[in-house]
Amino acid sequence: MTTSPPTPAHGAADTADDPGHRDGTDDAVYELTVNGVARTVEGARPTDSLLHVLRDRLGLPGAKNACEQGECGSCSVLVDGVLVCACLELAEAAVGCEITTVEGLTPPGAEPGDAALAGAILTDVQQAMIEAGGVQCGFCTPGFVVAIHDLLDRVPDPDPLDVREALAGNLCRCTGYGRILAAVEQAVTVRGNGRSR
Amino acid sequence: MTVLAPTRLDDAVAALAADPSLTVLAGGTDLMVAVNYGQRRPAGVLSLRQVPELHDWRLEGEGRDAQVVLGAATTYTTLLDPALATLLPALAQASRTVGGPQIRNTGTIGGNLGTASPAGDTLPVLVALDATVELASAAGRRTLPVADFVTGPKRTALAPGELVAAVRVPVARGPQEFLKIGVRNAMVIAVAACALVLDLDGRRLACALGAVGPGPIRDHAAERWATASLDWDARPALDPGVADGFGRRMAAASRPIDDHRATAAYRHHAVEVLARRALERAWGTA
Repeated sequence: MTTSPPTPAHGAADTADDPGHRDGTDDAVYELTVNGVARTVEGARPTDSLLHVLRDRLGLPGAKNACEQGECGSCSVLVDGVLVCACLELAEAAVGCEITTVEGLTPPGAEPGDAALAGAILTDVQQAMIEAGGVQCGFCTPGFVVAIHDLLDRVPDPDPLDVREALAGNLCRCTGYGRILAAVEQAVTVRGNGRSR
Repeated sequence: MTVLAPTRLDDAVAALAADPSLTVLAGGTDLMVAVNYGQRRPAGVLSLRQVPELHDWRLEGEGRDAQVVLGAATTYTTLLDPALATLLPALAQASRTVGGPQIRNTGTIGGNLGTASPAGDTLPVLVALDATVELASAAGRRTLPVADFVTGPKRTALAPGELVAAVRVPVARGPQEFLKIGVRNAMVIAVAACALVLDLDGRRLACALGAVGPGPIRDHAAERWATASLDWDARPALDPGVADGFGRRMAAASRPIDDHRATAAYRHHAVEVLARRALERAWGTA
């Protein structure tokens, strides 16, 4: 891995309107299951990461594009229920997997995968992030929200070390993390009181 | 570019035989970085994610012959599973230092081997444990010591048409340590690393260094010196002279370079401290 790399080859500016592929190959057409819905992907480069396909082909901009090397966690999504960086997933290799983005996280009371409700109401984690002041510029927030959901779904009552280790793959340059950790604590309390699923 | 995602190892190997130019994709934590940054443009990709047999691990043999067989797609997160961590503690310690949860959920031991970065975190552990790697091709399988599989920085003994199918890791009874230096405790690539194994049944010490040479570094003479210097019967407190001497010997065996992460001089110093500390900690719990 490179720690001080040049600018990523795929900037936002050169994806949507670039019909030709530099390697001269044809578009592949394939289907991804995102937030419980089968979506057809057309016009993507064969080398596109899942992150680019989600953002530029499927209109799901919740996963953010920052480092493109798995360092920052701002593109965190779930693939088959496992927390991953969408920038490190080859999109076409995710055919057949269940992909969940921040847009597909279910709010309290919804059935998992209830796409109609997802995004319409804040989840308990999102609510806690707002109330605890865990959001400043907001760029890292979707990645944190996905990672915190993943943690609390696996470990309902994490100790402080669990929380820090679970969020070590997500970077925030604004908050200093204190309020994000407070948000996790609040979400744990809310879930523990049975006010959430 | 084609993306192939077979569901059987035989099919994967056949695809690679038909087109040895395919780039093998394991977790993607190395390959996709290179693709994202335009450093690699694979003509075709063979994804191993959907091959179930590569995700399994099992324990074979008993007692001093026990080995864990890890499918190549075993992730770092799986290596942290208590059932596996109990059998291979240093490998679990090394896995815990890899990236963050997202990377550990994705990256695989087969990928760590295939990439063969000098800073690959599992490599010194596998070498210290005398692990072997099983390579599969259309012609069949062959087994190589990990120490021979890694032939240089990002270079391996993989032949065209071959892929890493499994890693066989001997189970040793006794304390194991993995120590790593980076700029912080999470999300770092190693500046220097050290894996140390005390085999209480075999009564021997093994040690390998990471990120201070083209591949993992072992010094059999230093191991024999330390093994002979330790009282394996009474296991008294470690003689500081043995700890110091072992650190000096391992540092002398290292071949670090200057790069953007650290200087050779710092790495040389660091591995002396790490080797000494690993022996102190391991012997202290023996």
